[in-house]
Amino acid sequence: MTLKKNIGIVKPEIFKSLNPLRLQSGKILKEYNLIYETYGTLNKKKDNAVLVCHALTGNHHLAGRYSSKDKCPGWWDNLIGPNKPLDTNKFFVIGINNLGGSDGSSGPKSINKQTKKPWGADFPIVTVEDWVNSHEALITSLNISKLAGVVGGSLGGMQVIQWAIRFPEKIKHAVVIAAAPNLTAQNIAFNEVARQSIITDPDFNTGNYYETNTPPRRGLRIARMLGHITYLSDDVMESKFGRKLKNKNYQYDFKTEFEIESYLNYQGDKFAKEFDANTYIRMTKALDYYDPSNGSKRNLSKVFKKIKSKFLVISFTSDWRFSPGRSKEIVKALLDNNIDVKYAEITATSGHDAFLMEEPRYHTILKSYFNSML
Amino acid sequence: MKLNKNNYRYDFPIIANWVKPNSKVLDLGCGDGELLNYLKKERNITGYGIEKDPDNWLKSLKTGINVLQVDLEVGLSEFEDDSFDVVILSKTIQSMHNTEEILNEMLRVGKQVIVTFPNFGYWRDRIQSVQGVMPKSKELPYSWFNTPNVHLCTIKDFDDLCKLNRYKIVDRLVLTDTKSVRFFPNLLGALALYNLVNR
Repeated sequence: MTLKKNIGIVKPEIFKSLNPLRLQSGKILKEYNLIYETYGTLNKKKDNAVLVCHALTGNHHLAGRYSSKDKCPGWWDNLIGPNKPLDTNKFFVIGINNLGGSDGSSGPKSINKQTKKPWGADFPIVTVEDWVNSHEALITSLNISKLAGVVGGSLGGMQVIQWAIRFPEKIKHAVVIAAAPNLTAQNIAFNEVARQSIITDPDFNTGNYYETNTPPRRGLRIARMLGHITYLSDDVMESKFGRKLKNKNYQYDFKTEFEIESYLNYQGDKFAKEFDANTYIRMTKALDYYDPSNGSKRNLSKVFKKIKSKFLVISFTSDWRFSPGRSKEIVKALLDNNIDVKYAEITATSGHDAFLMEEPRYHTILKSYFNSML
Repeated sequence: MKLNKNNYRYDFPIIANWVKPNSKVLDLGCGDGELLNYLKKERNITGYGIEKDPDNWLKSLKTGINVLQVDLEVGLSEFEDDSFDVVILSKTIQSMHNTEEILNEMLRVGKQVIVTFPNFGYWRDRIQSVQGVMPKSKELPYSWFNTPNVHLCTIKDFDDLCKLNRYKIVDRLVLTDTKSVRFFPNLLGALALYNLVNR
Protein backbone atom coordinates (compact mmCIF):
# COMPACT_ATOMS: atom_id res chain seq x y z
CA MET A 1 0.00 0.00 0.00
CA THR A 2 1.40 3.34 -1.09
CA LEU A 3 0.81 6.23 1.22
CA LYS A 4 -0.73 9.48 0.07
CA LYS A 5 1.68 12.29 0.75
CA ASN A 6 1.48 16.02 0.68
CA ILE A 7 3.48 17.82 -1.87
CA GLY A 8 5.50 19.89 0.60
CA ILE A 9 6.79 23.41 0.03
CA VAL A 10 6.10 24.91 -3.38
CA LYS A 11 7.09 28.08 -5.20
CA PRO A 12 5.34 29.90 -8.02
CA GLU A 13 7.04 31.02 -11.23
CA ILE A 14 6.30 33.80 -13.70
CA PHE A 15 5.81 33.45 -17.45
CA LYS A 16 6.39 36.80 -19.17
CA SER A 17 4.93 37.10 -22.63
CA LEU A 18 6.08 39.95 -24.84
CA ASN A 19 3.87 38.75 -27.68
CA PRO A 20 0.66 40.76 -27.90
CA LEU A 21 -2.51 38.83 -27.11
CA ARG A 22 -5.51 39.72 -29.23
CA LEU A 23 -8.51 39.41 -26.92
CA GLN A 24 -11.97 38.26 -27.90
CA SER A 25 -13.27 41.74 -27.15
CA GLY A 26 -11.03 43.10 -29.92
CA LYS A 27 -8.66 44.76 -27.47
CA ILE A 28 -4.99 43.84 -27.38
CA LEU A 29 -2.85 43.05 -24.35
CA LYS A 30 0.61 44.14 -25.54
CA GLU A 31 2.38 42.06 -22.95
CA TYR A 32 1.29 40.05 -19.96
CA ASN A 33 2.48 37.90 -17.11
CA LEU A 34 1.07 34.60 -15.96
CA ILE A 35 1.96 33.25 -12.55
CA TYR A 36 2.02 29.46 -12.38
CA GLU A 37 3.11 26.50 -10.31
CA THR A 38 4.25 23.05 -11.30
CA TYR A 39 4.45 19.83 -9.32
CA GLY A 40 6.21 16.58 -10.21
CA THR A 41 8.71 16.19 -13.03
CA LEU A 42 8.28 16.59 -16.75
CA ASN A 43 9.56 13.34 -18.26
CA LYS A 44 12.01 13.11 -21.18
CA LYS A 45 9.28 12.58 -23.75
CA LYS A 46 7.41 15.54 -22.25
CA ASP A 47 4.17 13.58 -22.45
CA ASN A 48 3.13 13.50 -18.80
CA ALA A 49 1.99 17.10 -18.35
CA VAL A 50 -1.49 17.82 -16.96
CA LEU A 51 -2.92 21.32 -16.86
CA VAL A 52 -5.45 22.05 -14.12
CA CYS A 53 -7.71 25.04 -14.86
CA HIS A 54 -9.16 26.96 -11.95
CA ALA A 55 -12.75 28.08 -11.35
CA LEU A 56 -14.23 31.41 -10.28
CA THR A 57 -12.14 32.10 -7.17
CA GLY A 58 -9.22 29.72 -7.64
CA ASN A 59 -5.70 30.41 -8.75
CA HIS A 60 -2.40 28.77 -9.75
CA HIS A 61 -1.76 27.45 -6.24
CA LEU A 62 -3.26 23.99 -6.63
CA ALA A 63 -1.39 22.06 -3.96
CA GLY A 64 1.32 22.23 -1.33
CA ARG A 65 2.21 25.09 0.99
CA TYR A 66 4.46 28.14 0.69
CA SER A 67 6.15 27.61 4.04
CA SER A 68 5.98 25.27 6.99
CA LYS A 69 3.88 27.90 8.77
CA ASP A 70 1.40 28.21 5.88
CA LYS A 71 -2.02 27.32 7.32
CA CYS A 72 -3.84 26.40 4.11
CA PRO A 73 -2.55 24.24 1.27
CA GLY A 74 -3.46 24.88 -2.39
CA TRP A 75 -7.14 24.63 -3.30
CA TRP A 76 -7.02 21.14 -4.82
CA ASP A 77 -4.51 19.63 -2.41
CA ASN A 78 -6.80 16.65 -1.72
CA LEU A 79 -6.46 15.62 -5.39
CA ILE A 80 -2.87 16.46 -6.27
CA GLY A 81 0.28 15.02 -4.70
CA PRO A 82 2.39 11.89 -4.41
CA ASN A 83 0.08 8.84 -4.65
CA LYS A 84 -2.98 11.08 -4.65
CA PRO A 85 -5.50 10.66 -7.52
CA LEU A 86 -3.53 13.08 -9.71
CA ASP A 87 -0.22 11.49 -8.77
CA THR A 88 2.77 13.82 -8.95
CA ASN A 89 5.08 10.78 -8.97
CA LYS A 90 3.73 10.15 -12.47
CA PHE A 91 2.45 13.47 -13.76
CA PHE A 92 3.86 16.94 -14.22
CA VAL A 93 0.98 19.07 -13.00
CA ILE A 94 0.60 22.73 -13.97
CA GLY A 95 -1.61 25.40 -12.39
CA ILE A 96 -1.95 28.87 -13.92
CA ASN A 97 -3.60 31.99 -12.50
CA ASN A 98 -5.87 33.24 -15.27
CA LEU A 99 -5.52 36.67 -16.83
CA GLY A 100 -7.61 39.15 -14.89
CA GLY A 101 -6.72 37.31 -11.69
CA SER A 102 -5.21 39.02 -8.71
CA ASP A 103 -2.61 36.55 -7.50
CA GLY A 104 0.30 37.50 -9.73
CA SER A 105 -0.96 37.23 -13.30
CA SER A 106 -1.70 40.40 -15.23
CA GLY A 107 -5.00 41.75 -14.00
CA PRO A 108 -6.73 44.84 -12.63
CA LYS A 109 -4.47 44.85 -9.57
CA SER A 110 -1.19 44.65 -11.52
CA ILE A 111 0.70 47.67 -12.79
CA ASN A 112 -0.12 49.04 -16.23
CA LYS A 113 3.32 49.78 -17.69
CA GLN A 114 2.05 52.76 -19.64
CA THR A 115 0.50 54.60 -16.70
CA LYS A 116 2.76 53.08 -14.02
CA LYS A 117 -0.41 52.68 -11.94
CA PRO A 118 -2.64 49.67 -11.23
CA TRP A 119 -4.87 48.87 -14.19
CA GLY A 120 -8.03 49.01 -12.10
CA ALA A 121 -11.11 49.59 -14.25
CA ASP A 122 -8.97 49.79 -17.41
CA PHE A 123 -7.97 46.15 -17.39
CA PRO A 124 -9.86 44.64 -20.33
CA ILE A 125 -12.57 42.05 -19.95
CA VAL A 126 -11.04 38.64 -20.63
CA THR A 127 -12.85 35.48 -21.69
CA VAL A 128 -12.43 31.73 -21.48
CA GLU A 129 -11.10 31.85 -25.05
CA ASP A 130 -8.47 34.44 -24.07
CA TRP A 131 -7.39 32.37 -21.08
CA VAL A 132 -6.92 29.25 -23.16
CA ASN A 133 -4.92 31.16 -25.78
CA SER A 134 -2.64 32.52 -23.07
CA HIS A 135 -2.35 29.08 -21.39
CA GLU A 136 -1.23 27.66 -24.69
CA ALA A 137 1.56 30.24 -24.97
CA LEU A 138 2.80 29.28 -21.51
CA ILE A 139 2.60 25.53 -22.21
CA THR A 140 4.54 26.04 -25.46
CA SER A 141 7.19 28.00 -23.56
CA LEU A 142 7.71 24.89 -21.40
CA ASN A 143 8.42 22.92 -24.62
CA ILE A 144 5.32 20.80 -24.13
CA SER A 145 3.75 20.07 -27.50
CA LYS A 146 0.91 17.91 -26.21
CA LEU A 147 -0.73 17.81 -22.79
CA ALA A 148 -1.57 14.37 -21.39
CA GLY A 149 -4.63 15.99 -19.94
CA VAL A 150 -6.47 19.18 -19.14
CA VAL A 151 -8.64 19.03 -16.01
CA GLY A 152 -11.11 21.49 -14.54
CA GLY A 153 -14.35 21.91 -12.62
CA SER A 154 -17.08 24.53 -13.14
CA LEU A 155 -15.54 27.51 -14.96
CA GLY A 156 -12.37 25.38 -15.09
CA GLY A 157 -14.38 22.76 -17.00
CA MET A 158 -15.34 25.38 -19.57
CA GLN A 159 -11.64 26.04 -20.14
CA VAL A 160 -11.10 22.31 -20.66
CA ILE A 161 -13.83 22.28 -23.32
CA GLN A 162 -12.26 25.33 -24.97
CA TRP A 163 -8.82 23.66 -24.95
CA ALA A 164 -10.29 20.63 -26.75
CA ILE A 165 -12.02 22.82 -29.34
CA ARG A 166 -9.22 25.34 -29.91
CA PHE A 167 -6.15 23.09 -29.73
CA PRO A 168 -7.35 19.61 -30.72
CA GLU A 169 -3.82 18.45 -31.51
CA LYS A 170 -2.39 19.56 -28.20
CA ILE A 171 -4.56 17.72 -25.69
CA LYS A 172 -4.90 13.95 -25.26
CA HIS A 173 -7.50 13.82 -22.50
CA ALA A 174 -10.13 16.27 -21.32
CA VAL A 175 -11.60 15.93 -17.83
CA VAL A 176 -14.67 18.13 -17.48
CA ILE A 177 -16.23 18.23 -14.01
CA ALA A 178 -19.46 19.94 -12.86
CA ALA A 179 -19.48 22.14 -15.94
CA ALA A 180 -21.81 23.24 -18.75
CA PRO A 181 -21.43 24.26 -22.39
CA ASN A 182 -22.77 27.71 -21.42
CA LEU A 183 -24.63 29.38 -18.57
CA THR A 184 -28.40 29.30 -18.14
CA ALA A 185 -30.39 32.51 -17.62
CA GLN A 186 -30.65 31.64 -13.92
CA ASN A 187 -26.87 31.36 -13.64
CA ILE A 188 -26.32 34.67 -15.42
CA ALA A 189 -28.91 36.18 -13.09
CA PHE A 190 -26.97 35.09 -10.00
CA ASN A 191 -23.80 36.53 -11.50
CA GLU A 192 -25.48 39.84 -12.20
CA VAL A 193 -26.74 40.16 -8.62
CA ALA A 194 -23.19 39.47 -7.42
CA ARG A 195 -21.76 42.08 -9.80
CA GLN A 196 -24.37 44.67 -8.90
CA SER A 197 -23.66 44.27 -5.20
CA ILE A 198 -19.99 45.05 -5.94
CA ILE A 199 -20.46 47.77 -8.53
CA THR A 200 -23.00 49.69 -6.42
CA ASP A 201 -20.77 49.62 -3.33
CA PRO A 202 -19.63 53.28 -3.04
CA ASP A 203 -16.10 52.07 -2.31
CA PHE A 204 -15.94 50.41 -5.72
CA ASN A 205 -15.34 53.76 -7.43
CA THR A 206 -15.83 52.23 -10.93
CA GLY A 207 -13.03 49.81 -10.15
CA ASN A 208 -10.32 52.29 -9.18
CA TYR A 209 -9.93 51.62 -5.47
CA TYR A 210 -6.33 50.40 -5.24
CA GLU A 211 -4.65 53.77 -4.73
CA THR A 212 -7.11 54.85 -2.07
CA ASN A 213 -6.96 51.36 -0.60
CA THR A 214 -10.72 51.24 -0.18
CA PRO A 215 -11.75 47.86 -1.59
CA PRO A 216 -15.54 47.42 -1.88
CA ARG A 217 -15.68 44.84 0.88
CA ARG A 218 -19.39 45.19 1.59
CA GLY A 219 -20.30 44.41 -2.00
CA LEU A 220 -17.83 41.58 -2.34
CA ARG A 221 -19.06 40.10 0.91
CA ILE A 222 -22.66 39.99 -0.28
CA ALA A 223 -21.60 38.59 -3.65
CA ARG A 224 -19.81 35.75 -1.87
CA MET A 225 -22.72 35.07 0.47
CA LEU A 226 -25.03 34.74 -2.51
CA GLY A 227 -22.52 32.49 -4.27
CA HIS A 228 -22.25 30.23 -1.25
CA ILE A 229 -26.00 29.69 -1.12
CA THR A 230 -26.03 28.56 -4.72
CA TYR A 231 -23.00 26.26 -4.41
CA LEU A 232 -24.72 24.24 -1.69
CA SER A 233 -27.84 22.14 -2.00
CA ASP A 234 -31.01 22.66 0.00
CA ASP A 235 -30.47 19.24 1.60
CA VAL A 236 -26.91 19.85 2.76
CA MET A 237 -27.84 23.25 4.19
CA GLU A 238 -30.71 21.64 6.05
CA SER A 239 -28.55 18.86 7.47
CA LYS A 240 -25.62 21.16 8.33
CA PHE A 241 -27.55 24.10 9.75
CA GLY A 242 -31.28 23.50 9.78
CA ARG A 243 -32.85 26.08 12.06
CA LYS A 244 -30.03 25.87 14.59
CA LEU A 245 -29.62 29.08 16.59
CA LYS A 246 -26.48 30.92 17.65
CA ASN A 247 -28.00 31.62 21.08
CA LYS A 248 -30.45 29.60 23.10
CA ASN A 249 -33.44 31.81 22.35
CA TYR A 250 -34.51 34.31 19.74
CA GLN A 251 -32.98 37.76 20.39
CA TYR A 252 -35.57 39.75 18.44
CA ASP A 253 -32.98 41.99 16.76
CA PHE A 254 -31.02 42.08 13.50
CA LYS A 255 -27.84 40.50 14.76
CA THR A 256 -26.95 36.99 13.73
CA GLU A 257 -29.71 34.70 14.91
CA PHE A 258 -29.37 31.47 12.97
CA GLU A 259 -26.26 29.32 12.37
CA ILE A 260 -26.69 29.63 8.63
CA GLU A 261 -26.47 33.43 8.93
CA SER A 262 -23.35 33.12 11.00
CA TYR A 263 -21.81 30.77 8.42
CA LEU A 264 -22.61 33.06 5.49
CA ASN A 265 -21.36 36.15 7.32
CA TYR A 266 -18.14 34.41 8.22
CA GLN A 267 -17.57 33.18 4.67
CA GLY A 268 -18.41 36.62 3.28
CA ASP A 269 -16.02 38.44 5.63
CA LYS A 270 -13.19 36.03 5.02
CA PHE A 271 -13.57 36.26 1.27
CA ALA A 272 -13.90 40.05 1.19
CA LYS A 273 -10.53 40.35 2.96
CA GLU A 274 -8.76 37.95 0.61
CA PHE A 275 -10.25 38.39 -2.83
CA ASP A 276 -10.17 41.22 -5.33
CA ALA A 277 -13.51 42.67 -6.42
CA ASN A 278 -12.34 43.61 -9.94
CA THR A 279 -11.22 40.04 -10.46
CA TYR A 280 -14.50 38.67 -9.14
CA ILE A 281 -16.68 40.65 -11.52
CA ARG A 282 -14.38 39.76 -14.45
CA MET A 283 -14.46 36.04 -13.66
CA THR A 284 -18.27 36.09 -13.56
CA LYS A 285 -18.28 37.89 -16.93
CA ALA A 286 -16.08 35.17 -18.43
CA LEU A 287 -18.63 32.63 -17.20
CA ASP A 288 -21.52 34.56 -18.76
CA TYR A 289 -19.83 35.05 -22.12
CA TYR A 290 -18.64 31.51 -22.71
CA ASP A 291 -20.85 29.86 -25.31
CA PRO A 292 -18.92 27.99 -28.01
CA SER A 293 -22.13 27.03 -29.84
CA ASN A 294 -23.87 30.42 -29.70
CA GLY A 295 -26.79 29.07 -27.73
CA SER A 296 -27.69 26.20 -30.00
CA LYS A 297 -27.50 22.62 -28.77
CA ARG A 298 -27.28 21.35 -32.35
CA ASN A 299 -24.40 23.68 -33.01
CA LEU A 300 -22.39 22.23 -30.14
CA SER A 301 -22.07 18.98 -32.10
CA LYS A 302 -20.70 20.95 -35.04
CA VAL A 303 -18.29 22.88 -32.83
CA PHE A 304 -17.03 19.56 -31.41
CA LYS A 305 -16.30 18.13 -34.86
CA LYS A 306 -12.57 18.76 -34.78
CA ILE A 307 -12.05 17.48 -31.24
CA LYS A 308 -9.44 14.71 -31.04
CA SER A 309 -9.09 14.25 -27.29
CA LYS A 310 -10.84 11.65 -25.18
CA PHE A 311 -13.26 12.85 -22.51
CA LEU A 312 -14.24 12.08 -18.96
CA VAL A 313 -17.33 14.06 -17.94
CA ILE A 314 -18.50 14.09 -14.31
CA SER A 315 -21.57 15.68 -12.72
CA PHE A 316 -23.06 15.65 -9.23
CA THR A 317 -26.71 14.84 -8.52
CA SER A 318 -27.36 17.75 -6.13
CA ASP A 319 -25.53 20.39 -8.22
CA TRP A 320 -28.22 22.80 -9.38
CA ARG A 321 -25.93 25.52 -10.74
CA PHE A 322 -24.25 23.11 -13.16
CA SER A 323 -26.77 20.28 -13.16
CA PRO A 324 -26.20 16.78 -14.57
CA GLY A 325 -28.47 17.74 -17.48
CA ARG A 326 -25.92 20.35 -18.57
CA SER A 327 -23.11 17.79 -18.48
CA LYS A 328 -25.25 15.48 -20.58
CA GLU A 329 -25.45 18.18 -23.25
CA ILE A 330 -21.67 18.00 -23.47
CA VAL A 331 -21.81 14.19 -23.59
CA LYS A 332 -24.42 14.25 -26.32
CA ALA A 333 -22.36 16.55 -28.56
CA LEU A 334 -19.37 14.23 -28.04
CA LEU A 335 -21.48 11.17 -28.88
CA ASP A 336 -22.72 12.85 -32.06
CA ASN A 337 -19.08 12.97 -33.13
CA ASN A 338 -18.14 9.43 -32.06
CA ILE A 339 -15.65 10.81 -29.55
CA ASP A 340 -14.46 8.55 -26.74
CA VAL A 341 -16.29 9.65 -23.60
CA LYS A 342 -16.95 8.30 -20.14
CA TYR A 343 -19.71 9.91 -18.10
CA ALA A 344 -20.36 9.56 -14.37
CA GLU A 345 -23.19 11.10 -12.38
CA ILE A 346 -22.06 11.03 -8.78
CA THR A 347 -24.56 10.89 -5.95
CA ALA A 348 -23.56 13.74 -3.67
CA THR A 349 -25.43 15.97 -1.28
CA SER A 350 -23.11 18.97 -1.27
CA GLY A 351 -24.24 20.63 -4.51
CA HIS A 352 -21.81 22.38 -6.86
CA ASP A 353 -19.14 22.39 -4.14
CA ALA A 354 -18.94 18.58 -4.43
CA PHE A 355 -16.28 18.86 -7.11
CA LEU A 356 -13.79 20.14 -4.53
CA MET A 357 -14.59 17.48 -1.94
CA GLU A 358 -12.76 14.27 -1.28
CA GLU A 359 -15.68 11.96 -1.91
CA PRO A 360 -14.33 8.38 -2.23
CA ARG A 361 -16.19 7.35 -5.38
CA TYR A 362 -15.36 10.62 -7.13
CA HIS A 363 -11.67 10.38 -6.34
CA THR A 364 -11.53 6.68 -7.26
CA ILE A 365 -12.98 7.51 -10.67
CA LEU A 366 -10.46 10.31 -11.22
CA LYS A 367 -7.56 8.14 -10.08
CA SER A 368 -8.57 5.31 -12.43
CA TYR A 369 -8.97 7.69 -15.33
CA PHE A 370 -5.72 9.56 -14.71
CA ASN A 371 -3.85 6.25 -14.51
CA SER A 372 -5.29 5.28 -17.88
CA MET A 373 -3.92 8.48 -19.46
CA LEU A 374 -0.30 7.32 -19.30
CA MET B 1 -24.18 -25.65 -32.59
CA LYS B 2 -20.91 -26.04 -30.74
CA LEU B 3 -20.05 -23.33 -28.29
CA ASN B 4 -16.72 -22.52 -26.89
CA LYS B 5 -16.73 -22.89 -23.12
CA ASN B 6 -14.37 -20.29 -21.78
CA ASN B 7 -14.47 -17.42 -19.35
CA TYR B 8 -17.10 -15.59 -21.37
CA ARG B 9 -20.79 -15.97 -20.91
CA TYR B 10 -22.05 -18.63 -23.26
CA ASP B 11 -24.43 -16.29 -25.06
CA PHE B 12 -21.59 -13.98 -26.12
CA PRO B 13 -20.46 -15.97 -29.19
CA ILE B 14 -24.02 -15.98 -30.54
CA ILE B 15 -24.31 -12.24 -30.10
CA ALA B 16 -20.90 -11.83 -31.76
CA ASN B 17 -22.14 -13.91 -34.70
CA TRP B 18 -24.92 -11.40 -35.26
CA VAL B 19 -22.61 -8.39 -35.07
CA LYS B 20 -20.80 -7.44 -38.26
CA PRO B 21 -17.07 -6.64 -37.95
CA ASN B 22 -16.20 -2.97 -37.23
CA SER B 23 -19.76 -2.16 -36.15
CA LYS B 24 -20.63 0.70 -33.86
CA VAL B 25 -22.32 -0.88 -30.86
CA LEU B 26 -24.35 0.43 -27.91
CA ASP B 27 -24.72 -1.97 -24.99
CA LEU B 28 -27.52 -1.07 -22.59
CA GLY B 29 -26.82 -2.26 -19.07
CA CYS B 30 -23.24 -3.13 -19.97
CA GLY B 31 -22.33 -4.29 -16.45
CA ASP B 32 -18.58 -4.61 -16.08
CA GLY B 33 -18.07 -4.16 -19.83
CA GLU B 34 -17.39 -7.84 -20.50
CA LEU B 35 -19.59 -8.12 -23.60
CA LEU B 36 -18.27 -4.93 -25.21
CA ASN B 37 -14.69 -6.05 -24.60
CA TYR B 38 -15.52 -9.48 -26.05
CA LEU B 39 -17.00 -7.84 -29.15
CA LYS B 40 -13.99 -5.51 -29.42
CA LYS B 41 -11.73 -8.56 -29.50
CA GLU B 42 -13.87 -10.76 -31.73
CA ARG B 43 -15.46 -8.18 -34.02
CA ASN B 44 -13.28 -5.09 -33.69
CA ILE B 45 -16.28 -3.00 -32.73
CA THR B 46 -16.32 0.52 -31.37
CA GLY B 47 -18.99 1.83 -29.10
CA TYR B 48 -20.43 2.79 -25.79
CA GLY B 49 -21.97 1.09 -22.80
CA ILE B 50 -24.65 2.39 -20.49
CA GLU B 51 -24.49 1.38 -16.84
CA LYS B 52 -26.35 2.86 -13.90
CA ASP B 53 -24.75 0.87 -11.06
CA PRO B 54 -21.70 2.76 -9.68
CA ASP B 55 -19.62 -0.37 -8.96
CA ASN B 56 -20.20 -1.88 -12.39
CA TRP B 57 -19.65 1.54 -13.97
CA LEU B 58 -16.20 1.74 -12.36
CA LYS B 59 -15.35 -1.81 -13.48
CA SER B 60 -16.25 -0.83 -17.04
CA LEU B 61 -14.14 2.32 -16.80
CA LYS B 62 -11.15 0.29 -15.63
CA THR B 63 -11.35 -1.93 -18.71
CA GLY B 64 -11.36 1.13 -20.95
CA ILE B 65 -15.01 0.99 -22.02
CA ASN B 66 -16.75 4.23 -23.00
CA VAL B 67 -19.25 3.88 -20.21
CA LEU B 68 -22.05 6.35 -19.56
CA GLN B 69 -23.98 6.53 -16.31
CA VAL B 70 -27.45 7.16 -17.63
CA ASP B 71 -30.82 5.85 -16.47
CA LEU B 72 -32.28 3.75 -19.29
CA GLU B 73 -35.79 4.23 -17.93
CA VAL B 74 -35.78 7.81 -19.18
CA GLY B 75 -34.98 6.72 -22.71
CA LEU B 76 -32.06 7.28 -25.03
CA SER B 77 -32.45 10.99 -25.70
CA GLU B 78 -28.65 11.41 -25.83
CA PHE B 79 -28.60 9.34 -29.01
CA GLU B 80 -29.64 10.32 -32.51
CA ASP B 81 -31.79 8.15 -34.83
CA ASP B 82 -29.86 5.33 -36.54
CA SER B 83 -26.64 6.43 -34.85
CA PHE B 84 -25.59 2.84 -34.05
CA ASP B 85 -25.20 -0.29 -36.17
CA VAL B 86 -26.24 -2.47 -33.24
CA VAL B 87 -27.95 -1.80 -29.92
CA ILE B 88 -27.82 -4.64 -27.39
CA LEU B 89 -29.96 -5.29 -24.33
CA SER B 90 -28.54 -8.44 -22.79
CA LYS B 91 -30.39 -10.02 -19.85
CA THR B 92 -31.63 -6.61 -18.74
CA ILE B 93 -35.13 -6.27 -20.22
CA GLN B 94 -36.71 -8.25 -17.38
CA SER B 95 -35.60 -5.64 -14.85
CA MET B 96 -36.92 -2.64 -16.77
CA HIS B 97 -40.12 -0.75 -16.07
CA ASN B 98 -40.65 0.92 -19.45
CA THR B 99 -40.08 -2.22 -21.48
CA GLU B 100 -41.99 -1.25 -24.60
CA GLU B 101 -40.55 2.27 -24.59
CA ILE B 102 -36.96 1.08 -24.40
CA LEU B 103 -37.48 -1.39 -27.26
CA ASN B 104 -38.88 1.41 -29.41
CA GLU B 105 -35.97 3.62 -28.41
CA MET B 106 -33.46 0.89 -29.27
CA LEU B 107 -35.01 0.45 -32.71
CA ARG B 108 -34.91 4.21 -33.21
CA VAL B 109 -31.23 4.51 -32.31
CA GLY B 110 -29.93 1.25 -33.79
CA LYS B 111 -30.22 -0.24 -37.25
CA GLN B 112 -30.10 -3.64 -35.60
CA VAL B 113 -31.22 -4.65 -32.11
CA ILE B 114 -30.21 -7.68 -30.08
CA VAL B 115 -32.27 -8.63 -27.04
CA THR B 116 -31.63 -11.56 -24.75
CA PHE B 117 -33.70 -12.62 -21.75
CA PRO B 118 -34.37 -15.58 -19.48
CA ASN B 119 -37.40 -17.51 -20.77
CA PHE B 120 -40.05 -17.62 -18.08
CA GLY B 121 -41.79 -20.40 -19.99
CA TYR B 122 -38.89 -22.78 -19.29
CA TRP B 123 -40.20 -26.09 -17.91
CA ARG B 124 -38.23 -25.82 -14.66
CA ASP B 125 -39.86 -22.47 -13.98
CA ARG B 126 -43.27 -23.87 -14.88
CA ILE B 127 -42.87 -26.81 -12.48
CA GLN B 128 -41.97 -24.47 -9.63
CA SER B 129 -45.00 -22.33 -10.44
CA VAL B 130 -47.23 -25.41 -10.36
CA GLN B 131 -45.64 -26.36 -7.04
CA GLY B 132 -46.82 -23.01 -5.77
CA VAL B 133 -43.51 -21.14 -5.45
CA MET B 134 -41.91 -18.33 -7.47
CA PRO B 135 -39.40 -19.92 -9.86
CA LYS B 136 -35.66 -19.76 -9.19
CA SER B 137 -33.04 -21.02 -11.62
CA LYS B 138 -29.56 -20.44 -13.00
CA GLU B 139 -30.95 -17.67 -15.18
CA LEU B 140 -33.25 -16.37 -12.44
CA PRO B 141 -31.24 -16.69 -9.26
CA TYR B 142 -33.26 -14.27 -7.11
CA SER B 143 -35.94 -14.81 -4.51
CA TRP B 144 -39.26 -13.07 -5.05
CA PHE B 145 -38.51 -10.58 -2.29
CA ASN B 146 -35.15 -9.36 -3.54
CA THR B 147 -35.39 -9.73 -7.29
CA PRO B 148 -34.64 -6.75 -9.55
CA ASN B 149 -36.84 -8.42 -12.17
CA VAL B 150 -40.21 -6.80 -12.73
CA HIS B 151 -41.11 -7.76 -16.30
CA LEU B 152 -40.40 -11.43 -16.83
CA CYS B 153 -41.78 -12.91 -20.02
CA THR B 154 -41.88 -16.09 -22.06
CA ILE B 155 -40.69 -16.57 -25.61
CA LYS B 156 -44.31 -16.62 -26.74
CA ASP B 157 -44.97 -13.35 -24.91
CA PHE B 158 -42.01 -11.69 -26.61
CA ASP B 159 -43.04 -13.01 -30.02
CA ASP B 160 -46.49 -11.52 -29.44
CA LEU B 161 -44.97 -8.15 -28.48
CA CYS B 162 -42.86 -8.19 -31.67
CA LYS B 163 -45.98 -8.94 -33.72
CA LEU B 164 -48.00 -6.25 -31.98
CA ASN B 165 -45.35 -3.58 -32.52
CA ARG B 166 -44.27 -4.94 -35.89
CA TYR B 167 -40.68 -5.52 -34.86
CA LYS B 168 -39.00 -7.55 -37.58
CA ILE B 169 -37.30 -10.66 -36.19
CA VAL B 170 -34.29 -11.61 -38.33
CA ASP B 171 -33.03 -14.39 -36.09
CA ARG B 172 -34.09 -16.10 -32.92
CA LEU B 173 -32.02 -18.56 -30.95
CA VAL B 174 -32.98 -20.39 -27.80
CA LEU B 175 -30.45 -21.96 -25.45
CA THR B 176 -30.41 -24.20 -22.44
CA ASP B 177 -26.98 -24.15 -20.84
CA THR B 178 -24.78 -24.16 -23.92
CA LYS B 179 -27.09 -26.12 -26.22
CA SER B 180 -29.35 -24.72 -28.87
CA VAL B 181 -33.00 -25.74 -28.42
CA ARG B 182 -35.05 -26.40 -31.58
CA PHE B 183 -38.04 -28.36 -30.27
CA PHE B 184 -40.62 -26.69 -28.04
CA PRO B 185 -38.26 -23.78 -27.35
CA ASN B 186 -40.75 -22.02 -25.09
CA LEU B 187 -40.85 -25.13 -22.89
CA LEU B 188 -37.30 -26.43 -23.16
CA GLY B 189 -35.30 -23.19 -23.57
CA ALA B 190 -33.80 -21.26 -20.67
CA LEU B 191 -32.42 -18.24 -22.52
CA ALA B 192 -33.83 -16.49 -25.60
CA LEU B 193 -31.81 -14.38 -28.01
CA TYR B 194 -33.49 -12.15 -30.59
CA ASN B 195 -31.97 -10.32 -33.52
CA LEU B 196 -34.32 -7.54 -34.69
CA VAL B 197 -34.06 -4.82 -37.30
CA ASN B 198 -35.69 -1.44 -37.60
CA ARG B 199 -37.49 -0.85 -40.87
